[in-house]
Amino acid sequence: MNKYYLGVDLGSTTSKAVIIDEKDNIIGRGITNTRANYKVAADIAKLEAIFDARFNILESKLGSEIKDNPDSKKYINELKSVFKYLQFHKRLISLHTQLKQTISDIFENQKGKTISKHIDEIVNVIEPKIKYEFLTGNLGNKNQFFRDIISEKYNEQVEKLDKEFFESLMSVFDKSITPVENEMVEYDFQELVHDSISILNGKYENLKDKKDEDISLHFDAELNLLTGNINSISDSLKEHIEQIAKMEIHIANMVGTGYGRALLPFAEDCIKSEILCHAFGAHAVFPDTRTVLDIGGQDTKAIQVDSNGLVTSFYMNDRCAAGCGRYLGYVADEFNLSLNEMGPLALNAENEVNICSTCTVFAGAEIRELLNVGQQREDILAGLHRAIVIRAMSLIARSGGVRNEFTFTGGVARNQAVLKYIIEMVKDGYGNDIKINIHTDSIFMGALGGAMFARRNIPVKIPSN
Amino acid sequence: MVNKEKSMVIQKEMIANLFKELSTAKETGKKVVYTFVPGNLSELIHAFDMLPVYPEINALQSGMRKKSDSFIKEAEKFGHSEDVCTYVKCDVGMMLKGNIGPTGEKLPPPDLLLLSYTGCFTFMKWFESLEDLYPGVEIAMLHTPYQKDGEITKEMTEYMVRQLKEEVIPKMEKVSGKKYDESKLKLILENSAKTEDLIVKIFDTPKNIPTPIDAYFAGVYYIGPINIGFRGTPEAVEYYNELYKEIKERIKLGLGPITPEGEIKEEQFRLVVEGPPNWTSFREFWKLFYDMGAVIVASSYTKVGGVYDMGFRHNPDKPLESLGEYCMNCYTNLSLPQRIELLEKCIIDYHADGFLVNSIKSCNSFSAGQLLMMRKLEEKLEIPVGFIESDLVDPRYFSYANIKNRLESFFQMLEQRKLININ
Repeated sequence: MNKYYLGVDLGSTTSKAVIIDEKDNIIGRGITNTRANYKVAADIAKLEAIFDARFNILESKLGSEIKDNPDSKKYINELKSVFKYLQFHKRLISLHTQLKQTISDIFENQKGKTISKHIDEIVNVIEPKIKYEFLTGNLGNKNQFFRDIISEKYNEQVEKLDKEFFESLMSVFDKSITPVENEMVEYDFQELVHDSISILNGKYENLKDKKDEDISLHFDAELNLLTGNINSISDSLKEHIEQIAKMEIHIANMVGTGYGRALLPFAEDCIKSEILCHAFGAHAVFPDTRTVLDIGGQDTKAIQVDSNGLVTSFYMNDRCAAGCGRYLGYVADEFNLSLNEMGPLALNAENEVNICSTCTVFAGAEIRELLNVGQQREDILAGLHRAIVIRAMSLIARSGGVRNEFTFTGGVARNQAVLKYIIEMVKDGYGNDIKINIHTDSIFMGALGGAMFARRNIPVKIPSN
Repeated sequence: MVNKEKSMVIQKEMIANLFKELSTAKETGKKVVYTFVPGNLSELIHAFDMLPVYPEINALQSGMRKKSDSFIKEAEKFGHSEDVCTYVKCDVGMMLKGNIGPTGEKLPPPDLLLLSYTGCFTFMKWFESLEDLYPGVEIAMLHTPYQKDGEITKEMTEYMVRQLKEEVIPKMEKVSGKKYDESKLKLILENSAKTEDLIVKIFDTPKNIPTPIDAYFAGVYYIGPINIGFRGTPEAVEYYNELYKEIKERIKLGLGPITPEGEIKEEQFRLVVEGPPNWTSFREFWKLFYDMGAVIVASSYTKVGGVYDMGFRHNPDKPLESLGEYCMNCYTNLSLPQRIELLEKCIIDYHADGFLVNSIKSCNSFSAGQLLMMRKLEEKLEIPVGFIESDLVDPRYFSYANIKNRLESFFQMLEQRKLININ
């Protein structure tokens, strides 16, 4: 039986899990938002990683078959989306029940009935909307979590209703979402995958009967390939899908890291500092890395590593979280934007504004002041992104500067504007020859490092190149 | 709980007697000198039969007794900003609240403010504040030249001796009403040299593996008598003799350092630390180390009252010259290359696995250059280094979770390094 190793990185904002095989290859990734119940966050991330691993194992098994047959690849991708939707759906049912429970807890009979009616209507409107978005691949890849997706859609519907219900509906939601998030929902992979297959097949069966103009609204042309031979594709993959659904993913060892690591239900020697894990993960992906910068939700770490991926020194922000992911989150709220929109907008700046505030809270006041004097939103955003990177550069300097190669990790590494400034400033400060690495898995580096430690069973064995 | 060693009992008595004497100074007519630990002229003060008060020792004691919080708030109300050295604010606040010392007895007002300036600019402003609180108090200032080029020249020593003769001694004569008696000073200096020999031997015992002492967390207790005015007294010689005897016994038995929860059974990491400890959470701070089996084999902080490792001793044959040289040799008066050299010697001599800086945010004169020192040591010795930040006596600036997180990472880093080295 194959052995797998799990790393869980419980960060302040997101919890990540990575599963690797015996050759340190990543075979599964899971991510969720960190919530009050750390164990649930860790379990969800782990479960997601295991599900992801099954799909990845499936794809690698099919290997050449997928390569030669774009329909199969499309089918599996779609299957994953439907699978995600079903997971979401299960949580939505649970939220619906909780919303009703909250209503009966806080409102008297008559008012409760009215609010309850509105809740049913809202759920009935948003459920098919979300299903549609999952099935058309418009949602599943955005890395939005249950709370983000449902809040956005719920708020949209509440806005449409009479103002008199606004406060009650929002308060019912606020009181219900947390307990739902904090409960562990059990999923049976096999059952879920069977349901996914039948929904997916149903979707294409229906498509066959639809006219071209309807289809073009929903699906791209490539997809039309599938509509003709859905049954044959589904049949040919069925056996493989059954196999991976039944397959046991044996986790031989696991390591927890991140801020919440001490609260993870792991043995003491299975808990590692996130500094070591990030460095080890980054070093595994880019073995010539000597300096690692990790910008996470609440802290920024500048780490120096040696040729073995072992930390020689590090420097972290102290007392103040300005310049971290949460700073961006706060600013996004100030501008009423989603986090994903921030970077692209900042890249459109024409006259970058100089932001001097080093305090997240004061940045709010500074933003309003700048808007007041007529500065453009894009220009302010560019300045804010620049300010974050300036702070990070100061931490890097204090940790010993940038040594070739430089690897940037953490959730913030997905922000294109931050990347732009990082590249600019690293080159400016440490020379054009510095190689800068950024990986699509940058947010998972800590979890990857954890999984790699788990595989080596440190401290019993040591890492080897 | 740990049994009290005989040396601990002696120290306790010494301190209790000093504060008793201070509280009755008015009745006995003894004159009181406020002065600072780095560059303290303990022997001269004794030669004039005066009593010393060390404001920064009182401040750290207030920190350990959880009183600094209210004292600092009092000083801030009085007009001292949030960024001012917290020793100063704690001390000023204590005075404003009645000047009750660490033993609960009232401290007498100063008859002389003896400012020996050894690199801490804040000391000057501190005494300016005290002058304001005690109008008309006599002030003597001794300006110690900075060891810019890492050496003490003849001219520098002459400059010090001239100041002692022209400024400090006349002021002491005036305040105490006694004539300067060099033969008396010489006798006191003999005891100082003996004490210094002993303390060097004590802080050299971490050469043993396991180390019998923690040279930082226990070290700050060991330097108590020599730093708070007992240098040059027979009591100090007795105390350090006893302490050294006890430590030698520990070496013989192969015992590790004593902690508040008993002795360290297995030494995991040997560290050299730069920077003072945090006083408000001293026990929690210490526990973060001993829980991990981390022991401090040398610290620069235990040398702030005087650096004796490099061979300096008070010399009865050259009384005023050696007092001057003592001041110039203070850790706070050393240049960065000298501090690096001293730390490097400690890391090598005491077989340290890592070097850690606890930097004090509100202390500009001591914290400046610490990162640079750390880098140099890292490069030169290829030793794992760590950097944490806290404060002396302001509890608002001790973030337990942050420090724990950084220390855990640091220890895991050392652990990895050890495993690599074993293989």
